[in-house]
Amino acid sequence: MLRGIAIAAVASAALFAGVALAANEAEPPEAYPFSFNGPLGSYDMAAVQRGFQVYSQVCSTCHSMEHLAYRNLGEPGGPFAEYRVRNHETGEMEARVGLPAGEHGEYVDVVNNPYVRAIAAGFQVPDIDEATGEATQRPARISDHFRKPFANEFAARAANNGALPPDLSVITSAREGGAAYVRSLLLGYTGEQRGMQYVNNHFAGRLISMPPPLAADGLVTYSDGTPSTREQMATDVASYLQWAADPHMEERKAMGVQVLAFLLVLSGLLYLAYKAVWRGQSH
Amino acid sequence: MSGPSTYEPKSGFTRWLDRRLPILRLSHDSFVAFPTPRNINYWWTFGAMLSLCLVVQIVSGIVLAMHYQPNIHDAFASVQRIQRDVPYGWLIQGIHAVGASMFFLAAYVHMFRGLYYGSYKAPREVLWILGCLIYALMIATGFLGYTLPWGQMSFWGATVITNILGAIPFVGESIQVWIRGGGAIDQPTLNRFFSLHYLLPFVIAGVVVLHVWALHEVGQNNPTGVEPKTKDDTVPFTPYATIKDLFATSLFMLLFAVFVFFMPRALGDPANFIPANPVQTPNEIFPEWYLLPFYAILRAFDFNIGPIDSRTAGVLAMFASIGVLFILPWLDTSRVRSMRYRPAAKQFFFIFVVVAILLGWCGHQNPGTTLAKGGQFSATLNWVTGGQSATSQIVAPSAPEFQATSDAAEAQARAQGAAMTSVTREGSVRATLIAVTGGTRQTHTFTADNADDLEAQITAAKAHIGGSAPFVQVIRNTPFLFTVTRFAQLLTFYYFLFFLVILPILGLRETPNRVPDTIAKPVLGETQGAS
Amino acid sequence: MAEATSSGAHGTGETTRRDFIFIAAGAAGAVGAAATIWPFVDQMNPAADTRAMSTTEVSLAAIAVGQQIKAIWQGKPVFVRHRTPAEIAQAQRDDYAQLKDPQLDEDRTKQSNGSAGKAEWLILQANCTHLGCVPLPPDNPGFRGHFGGWFCPCHGSDYDTSGRIRQGPAPKNLYVAPYLYLNDTSIRIG
Repeated sequence: MLRGIAIAAVASAALFAGVALAANEAEPPEAYPFSFNGPLGSYDMAAVQRGFQVYSQVCSTCHSMEHLAYRNLGEPGGPFAEYRVRNHETGEMEARVGLPAGEHGEYVDVVNNPYVRAIAAGFQVPDIDEATGEATQRPARISDHFRKPFANEFAARAANNGALPPDLSVITSAREGGAAYVRSLLLGYTGEQRGMQYVNNHFAGRLISMPPPLAADGLVTYSDGTPSTREQMATDVASYLQWAADPHMEERKAMGVQVLAFLLVLSGLLYLAYKAVWRGQSH
Repeated sequence: MSGPSTYEPKSGFTRWLDRRLPILRLSHDSFVAFPTPRNINYWWTFGAMLSLCLVVQIVSGIVLAMHYQPNIHDAFASVQRIQRDVPYGWLIQGIHAVGASMFFLAAYVHMFRGLYYGSYKAPREVLWILGCLIYALMIATGFLGYTLPWGQMSFWGATVITNILGAIPFVGESIQVWIRGGGAIDQPTLNRFFSLHYLLPFVIAGVVVLHVWALHEVGQNNPTGVEPKTKDDTVPFTPYATIKDLFATSLFMLLFAVFVFFMPRALGDPANFIPANPVQTPNEIFPEWYLLPFYAILRAFDFNIGPIDSRTAGVLAMFASIGVLFILPWLDTSRVRSMRYRPAAKQFFFIFVVVAILLGWCGHQNPGTTLAKGGQFSATLNWVTGGQSATSQIVAPSAPEFQATSDAAEAQARAQGAAMTSVTREGSVRATLIAVTGGTRQTHTFTADNADDLEAQITAAKAHIGGSAPFVQVIRNTPFLFTVTRFAQLLTFYYFLFFLVILPILGLRETPNRVPDTIAKPVLGETQGAS
Repeated sequence: MAEATSSGAHGTGETTRRDFIFIAAGAAGAVGAAATIWPFVDQMNPAADTRAMSTTEVSLAAIAVGQQIKAIWQGKPVFVRHRTPAEIAQAQRDDYAQLKDPQLDEDRTKQSNGSAGKAEWLILQANCTHLGCVPLPPDNPGFRGHFGGWFCPCHGSDYDTSGRIRQGPAPKNLYVAPYLYLNDTSIRIG
């Protein structure tokens, strides 16, 4: 039976190896060595932090991220999570924002995280004034979901020539190619324009309604001093969006390693037990 | 088969319980003392994995139902909340989603094993049919569950499948509206799909009990297909089969864990991370991998069969492809149970496995994609340079007579010395005839790799000829194209051929190899020979 | 048959090794099963979004003397009561009365950081410490209390003007909600 399956696999691979792509199909995303690639990869938290800055200052004028709340930024594994880390020279405990991979620290509950509170307070979100019942704006709290750029789909389309900017909460999961696709798309503009659309070699059909969002270097000023080239910004925001779509990835992979190790040991023991039970039995 | 019970209660309590509820006796007879053919191989361990899968799906599903909201406005967000905020929600959701695939993977191996070793033959017909019933219920449950995240694939999958029901002759449309609770997939649909998705696994569990009951009545089949005759042929289920099942299941869990922890989204479709949008179908829609072969069969019928239109034919074929499994015990006429001793049947079986996998491959391709073509696309252009063209009107007495009238007019023009003629129809009975007399007849032939290139060349040539000719005659030649649909038709043909023709006829005509008298004989013989 | 001879033919060393394997495999399986159960138990604990809904801000400006409002904090009601001087006086008079759960009124107006609050503002979790109903204030129809505070309609627990249990099945005083003054006219609960 196994033999049959193997033959099938080989036959199907050999027979149809060279099926050509249609003419205006998008170019496949350019591969990029993101730190989170691979079974053991983890997030480059500095890149995710910078990516959040790019999202906040550039993307968020049109794109919502409705499944994220400000508190997510400071939850374990988040880019602005606060950890108490021992400084080996002074022996004192110091605050560290966004723990680099491989370091250990004591997590500070997001409710007590001043950085996330400050980030949230910098955004105005809609609310109802309890005294008057009127719609009002107030500074966001950490439990609030990300501010939406538009009140509803109609407002979004009206402001974007009829096109609807997609929500970015899970965009890297929702597109074939994930973060590499997002990065390629952001860098894939050729500079040509057809009416209200832009030529982008990485977009299906090669015409996209989104004007080049990262049109020039230096669009944002990174607080960590990293030069904000177009490539840097695209890479950072792709890293951030990957984190946003899969915030438990590091925990998942770490647990996976333990589970696989355990199952290997268990399988080994069960194999020995199997051999011991069947010892002397012909079968 | 199981013989009299060998259970002996050891303690006072178990003696007391045994007289009131002999549940320990039942467990002992079913899972400890149950005589198991000593020669069963690893293909027999998939039943244990399937039990594990059912338990995992039910437990993780009950947990997810504690957090999921069956509401079209909240469903997508509630799944996101499970993945982001619920403690270990990402893990449990991952287990449930991957678990569906693992369940089907194990089920397919289990079914192919049953097919190869003839586990459906007397006296195991009912056992086999119950298994088919479980499989059908699994498909229904998987489909219902796939709707719940309310992504684009959820929505459009539900739309397409309920439309499939709409194709059932006579009652289809009523059933479709009844299932949906309205004209379209909407809140009532999601709500009832959630309810049914919660219910069906327990129905499956009930049928599994019957399946196991039937198994213990008739006993396990084995690779030789020979029924155990003496005690030498069997070993007690525990510890022998138990430990083997545990070991194999542990390996299965390794594969399961690789998916859950390292590629939880590999088996899903990215489009399901886009919230359902009833006015925008995704560019490509596919069912989950485990339903692709049936999807390919559904799409293979692109032609009407007499009064049956192509849609109905595809739907009927798809249902028939599963339905045929139910009557398999009476289709296979061979008296030899295991294909191990049926050299010809074995070959057809392996082809069947390949066909099933290739059908799955076809299900994931664009049906119009050309896999191979019988030659080049070509076109011949004829035109006349110079000469004089004369235009006249054709008026036929009635529409059915148009062709004859037109042919007669052309023949007349040619008889009068026209080098070329062209008829442009302008209505049911009217047309314009252009006839060119004199001049030089020109011809040119193009070839191209595909239809688009060919049309581009024709357009360019026509522009080049331009006004120098009153008209250009184009004769296109499309080579035979072997598309995915054609391929799927061939595969579908074999699928049904295998069950409906090969198995019935082969059983009567093939000469099987010698079948051993007992299980123990070849087993013991081989071992002694080896040592 | 090999089966018949297996137990007799192998020595005790072989048996020990076999037993070790069985025990090790069994123990590993048990550990794995136990570890698997935890996520399925933990998932029922409050989710991250629930845990983050931990603070509520209340403006005191609109609450007149003698009135109370119910704020919602973590999904449960909180009494924010603007006490009259008479109520405060009564509460302080009762500080050394026969109390089931002795506590000074002064301690019951403290902020969550331990600093003193204001005597006229009482911030209490609004669920009866017996079985969780919301007790009625004196101006509510159906109030049958004897101590001028709150009366629980479910099982008759009777609280005084400091929210202390005076009579009835409740074992504890109404709990003081953790709160801080943000300024003179607003507080944050939680």
